[in-house]
Amino acid sequence: MSTPFYVSPQQAMADRAEYARKGIARGRSLVVLQYADGIVFVGENPSRALHKFSEIYDRIGFAAAGKYNEYENLRIGGVRYADLRGYTYDRDDVTARGLANVYAQTLGTIFSSAAEKPYEVELVVAEVGETPEGDQIYRLPHDGSIVDEHGSVAVGGNAELISNYLDQRHQDGMSLAEALKLAVQALSRESNGTQREIPAERLEVAVLDRTRPQSRKFKRIVGRQLGRLLEAGGAATEAESSENGEDSEESGASEE
Amino acid sequence: MEANTRSTGRLPAAFLTPGSSSFMDFLSEHQPEMLPGKRQLPPTQGVIEAPHGTTIVATTFPGGVVLAGDRRATMGNVIAQRDIEKVFPADEYSAVGIAGTAGLAVEMVKLFQLELEHFEKVEGAQLSLEGKANRLSTMIRSNLGMAMQGLAVVPLFAGFDVDREKGRIFSYDVTGGRSEEQGFAATGSGSIFARGAMKKLFRDDLTEAEATTLVVQALYDAADDDSATGGPDVARRIYPIVTVITEDGFRRLGDDESSEIARSILERRLEQPDGPRAALL
Repeated sequence: MSTPFYVSPQQAMADRAEYARKGIARGRSLVVLQYADGIVFVGENPSRALHKFSEIYDRIGFAAAGKYNEYENLRIGGVRYADLRGYTYDRDDVTARGLANVYAQTLGTIFSSAAEKPYEVELVVAEVGETPEGDQIYRLPHDGSIVDEHGSVAVGGNAELISNYLDQRHQDGMSLAEALKLAVQALSRESNGTQREIPAERLEVAVLDRTRPQSRKFKRIVGRQLGRLLEAGGAATEAESSENGEDSEESGASEE
Repeated sequence: MEANTRSTGRLPAAFLTPGSSSFMDFLSEHQPEMLPGKRQLPPTQGVIEAPHGTTIVATTFPGGVVLAGDRRATMGNVIAQRDIEKVFPADEYSAVGIAGTAGLAVEMVKLFQLELEHFEKVEGAQLSLEGKANRLSTMIRSNLGMAMQGLAVVPLFAGFDVDREKGRIFSYDVTGGRSEEQGFAATGSGSIFARGAMKKLFRDDLTEAEATTLVVQALYDAADDDSATGGPDVARRIYPIVTVITEDGFRRLGDDESSEIARSILERRLEQPDGPRAALL
């Protein structure tokens, strides 16, 4: 009869958190920003078919960084939860807050149960409101905690660096093109302070657009529309840069 | 891990189990009692009295399809409701109109809409129009038990086939038998009269405006001869629901548009009660 090694609960949790964080850090980061007409999701994703962002329900979108099979599983669970709830009660009774709670419980239970491997995922659940004040963005780290975010949020390995960058520059009431441009700038920053180029075909972009006439507000932005927006965002930043100084991008880099 | 969706706890295991992209399949495994087809009916004598919806008509035109329905629900010889809606969008490119037991029909539409949306969200792609039509077949078949007790639901399904770039119409019988209709179709108690009207008015080269007028003409004729079908109610401003599906997606005509069509038809019928006449040869 061998005695199992004693591991303190603190140590066990720290190890699990470390394990999950490392898994999440292997993937690319993604950002979620509020803009004047809704919420935009931007991430680097070479795949056209395996999405990081998707629709959960009428006004609710989902974004995830980390291990694909794990967040895909959670995404489908969320779609089932939302559809069943809407079918049982009413479409208005499906809320991002409710969904975020269910995800938090799910992730939390898995994280603290020794029998299960912690999920290597970090999620964002966002709901677009009638007005920008009604927008809700929840960030759900791997351990099942839940953070109510405003303005902008980044998840993934490089999240801290990117969210610092976004916090300084994100403003309420940005146009979609401006928000998109800011998101791409934030994502292209490397931890060593350099910039890299993310070509448009490697970008995955989706919006929850409150101005859409349909009740389903989620929409992917692809192809020509994405190209146009990226160009418009570039032009707007250049026009602004005559006032703010050309160095808006460089100054960001030199702060690190 | 109790399968209790009403609690705010973690997602039940069934939710995280990989499986079908169908909401109905998920429901039949997880909460079968919520599916209309799984409901047990007590044995009853005779026909159960419940409001019935009546006439739905559809016609294709180059570039799309029009689906329309009257607004009357009847229970025996009583008008149960004057402004019932029997035509609904199923998704962005299709619509379903339902004749038969109103309560069950509305529930079936709700589940059908959800089924299509659920598939789309899970798979990231839409079902083909054929796939949607087949799914509806399955749902009607699951209602067969109730149909035998007089609670039948008979839909008409119309949509724009994005692959073939044309409007298509599918009609059903109570057993779920599905058939594609060419040009025009009707279902419900007034359908015999509506179909007669459409047969004489239909052409291959109708414009969208002509097609919408055609279906309202057909509904007028159905209401003229079938007491369970309601005509345009000018006094109460209740007009038929007319929907158009083209490559731009589903669109329901506003009250002003459908009232204009209905009123112009009424005006002509004051002079010519039997409506437009087709050439003899």
